[in-house]
Amino acid sequence: MKPESIGALITGRRLACALLLLVVSVSLAANWLAPGGYARQYREAAGAPPSAAHWLGTDDIGRDRFARVLYGTRISLLLAPAAALLSTLMAALVGGLAGYMGGLWARLAMAATDLFLSLPWLFLLITVRAVMPLNVSPMASVLVTFSMLGLLGWTSAARVLCARTRSLRDADFVCQARASGIRGMRLFWIHVMPNLKPALYAQFWISIPVFILSEANLGILGLGVAEPMPSWGSLLKELEGLTSIGEEPWKFVPLILLVVVVTLFQFALSKQEEVAA
Amino acid sequence: MLGWRIARHGLALVAIVLLGGLLSATLVRLAPGFDVDEEQLDPHLSAESVRALRETRQQERNVFSYWLHSMQRAVKGDLGTSLSLGQPVTTLLRDRAPLTLKLVSMGLLFSWAVAMAMALSAAWLRASAYDALTTCLSGTFLCIPAAVLALLSVLWNVPGSLAIGLIVFPRVYRYARNLLAKAYSLPHIITARAKGLGELRILFWHVVPVTGAQLLAVAGVSVSMAVGAAIPVEALCGLPGVGQLAWQAALSRDLPLLMNITILVTLVTLLANSAADVFGHMLRGQDA
Repeated sequence: MKPESIGALITGRRLACALLLLVVSVSLAANWLAPGGYARQYREAAGAPPSAAHWLGTDDIGRDRFARVLYGTRISLLLAPAAALLSTLMAALVGGLAGYMGGLWARLAMAATDLFLSLPWLFLLITVRAVMPLNVSPMASVLVTFSMLGLLGWTSAARVLCARTRSLRDADFVCQARASGIRGMRLFWIHVMPNLKPALYAQFWISIPVFILSEANLGILGLGVAEPMPSWGSLLKELEGLTSIGEEPWKFVPLILLVVVVTLFQFALSKQEEVAA
Repeated sequence: MLGWRIARHGLALVAIVLLGGLLSATLVRLAPGFDVDEEQLDPHLSAESVRALRETRQQERNVFSYWLHSMQRAVKGDLGTSLSLGQPVTTLLRDRAPLTLKLVSMGLLFSWAVAMAMALSAAWLRASAYDALTTCLSGTFLCIPAAVLALLSVLWNVPGSLAIGLIVFPRVYRYARNLLAKAYSLPHIITARAKGLGELRILFWHVVPVTGAQLLAVAGVSVSMAVGAAIPVEALCGLPGVGQLAWQAALSRDLPLLMNITILVTLVTLLANSAADVFGHMLRGQDA
C-alpha cells in the first residue's frame, strides 16, 4: 500500500473515531440536552411536526422525538459494546481453549459452534427471545435483549479464534516455552492469550455494528426493548405507519443516525484488524 | 471419497436434528410458564378436567421423555399442534412453505445476479472510482437493518423477493468481489490478459475454476442469509410464509411451533451448505 493511502486511512480512521466519540458524548448529555426525559408526554402536541420546542417533533402519544433519539442512542451505543465484550470473552474462552487443547475438546466445541452457525441469526434470536418472558419491565427487556445478543453472538468469532490459537500452539516461541517447562493454563495465559489480542480486538469491534443492527431488527419486529424505553429498534418502529417518504421526513432521523454510526464503526476498523478478523 | 463426504454430511444432518431436537425440548421445558395452561383457569372446567390437564403436563416434565415422545411423533409426520393457532404444525408448514420457497429463491436469484454483475464489472474495469462506487453502494445496504429494508419495500410497493435480494446482495457482493479481485491478480490470468484473450474466455477457463468452489460455499451461506431475511420481509410486508409464522409464534410464545420451524430451517440451511460443499469438492476434483 502506498504511504499516501496509508495516511488517508489513518486520517479516515481518526475522523471516524472522533465522530463516534461525538455521538456518544451527545447521547451521554441527554439529561441536559433533553431535560424533559424520554417518557414525558406533551398531550397537547401529540404527533406535532418539528418546532423550536420539539426539534424533531413528537410521536403519536406526544413524546419528544429528539429526547427519545438521544436516550435511544445512549442505550444502543452503551449496551451494544457491552454485549460485544461479552461475546468476545465467550469466543476467547470457547475458541481459544478449543484451539489450544485440540483433540476431542476442539471437535466438541466446534460442533457446538457449527450447530449455532447453521441457524440463521435472526431465527436464533427470535427463538431464544420467545423462550424468555415477553411481558417484562422495560429495563429488564433492555438487559435481556443485549445479554442475549452477547451470549449468542460468539460463534463465528470462536471459529476465527480457534484457528488462530491452533496456529499459535505450534509456533516456535510456544514450543520453546513448552520446552523450558511452562505448561498448561500458564502457557495459555502468558504466551498464547497476549498474541490473540489483535484478533480479539477486531472481533469486538466487528460485533458492535452487528449487534446494533440486530437490536434494530428485533425492535422493529416487537421483540426488542419494551416501551417506553427507547432504543434505535423501537424508534425505527415508527416508520411502519408511513405512507410516503416525503410525508414526515423527520421520522427518518433515527435511521440516518443508525446508518451513519454503523458506517463509522466500519471505517474505524483498520486494515490490519480487518485481516486479523 | 465423494461417497464418504456425502455420508459424513448425512450423519451430521441426523446428529444435528437429534441434538437440535433435544436442545429445543430443553428450552421448551425450561421456558417460564411451561406448566401453566390458560385452560386451567377456565371456570367452566370441572376439578377432574383441570386435574387431567395438569397430569398431561406432568407427563411432559421429564426433558428426555418429552424429547423422545416428540421425536417418535415427528418420525410419523406428526409435528404436534400449534398452541396459538390450534392447527397441526405440519398443515401450517405445508400451507406456508411454498411462498417462502418462492420468495427466497427469487431473492437469491436477484441478489446473485446483481452481486456478480457488480463484482465482475469491477474486476474487468479495474477503475478505482467504479470500485469505490460499488463498495459504497453495497456498504450502504449493509448498514441498513433488514427490517427497515422490508418497511421501505412496503412503502415503495417493491415485491418481497426483491427486498430479500437487497438484504442478501451486499454480503454476496463483498465475498465475490474479494474472490474475483484475488483471482484476476493471479500471474497466469494477468498473462492471459496480456496475450489478448477475451474476457469471457478468461472468466470461464481461468477464473471460474479458481473461484468456483469458494463461490459455491458462499452460495450455501447465502441460503441461510435469505431464509433469515424472510422473517422481517414476510412479517412486515404481510406475506403469509414460514417467516411470518415464526414471527407470530415468537410473539405469542408458541414454543412448540417455533421450535419445529427452527429445526426445519436449520435442516434447509444445512442441506444447502452440504450441497455446496459436495459440489465444491467435485469442482476441485475436476480441477485437480
